[in-house]
Amino acid sequence: MSTFEGYRRADGPAGVRNYVAVLPVSIAASAIADEIADRAGENVRSTPHQMGRDPPAAAREQIERTLTGVGRNPNVGAALVVGFGTERIDADEIADGIADAGRPVETLSVREAGGTTAAVEAGTEAAGDLWDDIEDCRRVECDVSELRFGVECGGSDATSGIAANPAVGVACDRLVEDGGTATFSETPEFIGAEHILAERCVDESVRERLLERVDRRESAAELMGVDLRGAQPTPGNQEGGLTTIEEKSLGAITKGGTTPVRGIVDYAEELPVSGGLVLMDTPGYDVESVVGKVAGGAQVVAFTTGRGSTTGNPIAPVIKVTGNPKTAERLANNMDVDASTVLDGESLDDVGDRVYETLQSVASGERTAAERRRLEEFAINELQPNELAELRGGV
Amino acid sequence: MKGEVLGGCGLHMAAEDNVVTAIDDLTAGTTIPYDGGRIEVVEDVPFGHKVALVALEPGDAVVKYDEVIGQATEAIAPGEWVHTHNAESRRGRGDVADAEGEVA
Repeated sequence: MSTFEGYRRADGPAGVRNYVAVLPVSIAASAIADEIADRAGENVRSTPHQMGRDPPAAAREQIERTLTGVGRNPNVGAALVVGFGTERIDADEIADGIADAGRPVETLSVREAGGTTAAVEAGTEAAGDLWDDIEDCRRVECDVSELRFGVECGGSDATSGIAANPAVGVACDRLVEDGGTATFSETPEFIGAEHILAERCVDESVRERLLERVDRRESAAELMGVDLRGAQPTPGNQEGGLTTIEEKSLGAITKGGTTPVRGIVDYAEELPVSGGLVLMDTPGYDVESVVGKVAGGAQVVAFTTGRGSTTGNPIAPVIKVTGNPKTAERLANNMDVDASTVLDGESLDDVGDRVYETLQSVASGERTAAERRRLEEFAINELQPNELAELRGGV
Repeated sequence: MKGEVLGGCGLHMAAEDNVVTAIDDLTAGTTIPYDGGRIEVVEDVPFGHKVALVALEPGDAVVKYDEVIGQATEAIAPGEWVHTHNAESRRGRGDVADAEGEVA
């Protein structure tokens, strides 16, 4: 049996970190949340973002779902929800959603606290009290089947589909075999490879849903009368040898491994536990996509890169894997697993085993390169006007 | 690694592929063994980029991973670099749909 040392939670699977999350509900509270987290200590993590105070209804729903999901992530032991006080996003509703998962939660309004200085003071004290509530939590042995493993790629090049992605795919297969959940996303990067995923769907409804989501992302470009070629693959991807979106996608989907596709969830929607391979429908922007999966409950993320990427996440450790030998050398300080050895003949199985071992040791507390450097990028996907129109039935 | 490395420098990911991926910076004149003969790389091709193994006509499928990754936009000779200057995607093409009047 494969295990890791995790934090048992009142509800749901175990966490791999034990943090107090400070969640601002809008940009108006983001700087305050950062300041609170800075003052309250290393185990208090903020999730600053740029969402406004009065977004359209569908966008609001997605922001609330994301923040609630982040607060319910198993790595979060307690949460402080901070609002400016005039947002239409409901801080109390987010707090209630987090409290439903058995976590201690407090809310704070900058306006009611009497301004930013008073809010930082009150918030720092509240975060300190929340930390007191959870600091006695100790790691215990947990089965890896409790893990929801998010996999992501960014800054892809030709090596991504040859080395890093298939190696991470092997790790996903191992975890699924051991009873856990693996998930990958970025629907625009299924375009040209969706027939392979569709064949692996467990039933017709998952298959239809997957194809419908891919079609929606592809037709978003067609509706605008433009093509994807300038944006996908990105200029950086192209410099790295990727010519078309099909080529990029065919490499990208290998990071999820080879097991059946058991479902597809919305951005930031809760991922099943012990759910096998599940896809998440997200845009192709890696930081937002990682946040979607963390909001879905992923405790650990593996992030493959060819050209290089150093981004992390405030709540979930991000394991950086590269298949490009130059990136492995240049960005050695920011990488956790060197998969470029595949090009020298190391088997994908062996590299995949190294990724899987890294997943287990990181889950047990070993800090990743991004964590050691406190690289904690956070962004919420903002629904675009065409997506909002579609959700209203206007298209 | 999936596939076969031809001549120590060109990764042929599947038997049906009509391109190889350079796993080193290739200089013009490098030769790659293929199908009983040798293909001469006619221009410098950077690491990670693709080299044609067969002649392609405009509209012919470019095949990698045993899958269609796009099509040639001009005639490509064996040994030529295959990239955005002579190949393109078949997907996400709102420009084509627009020109064909499929989208109002």
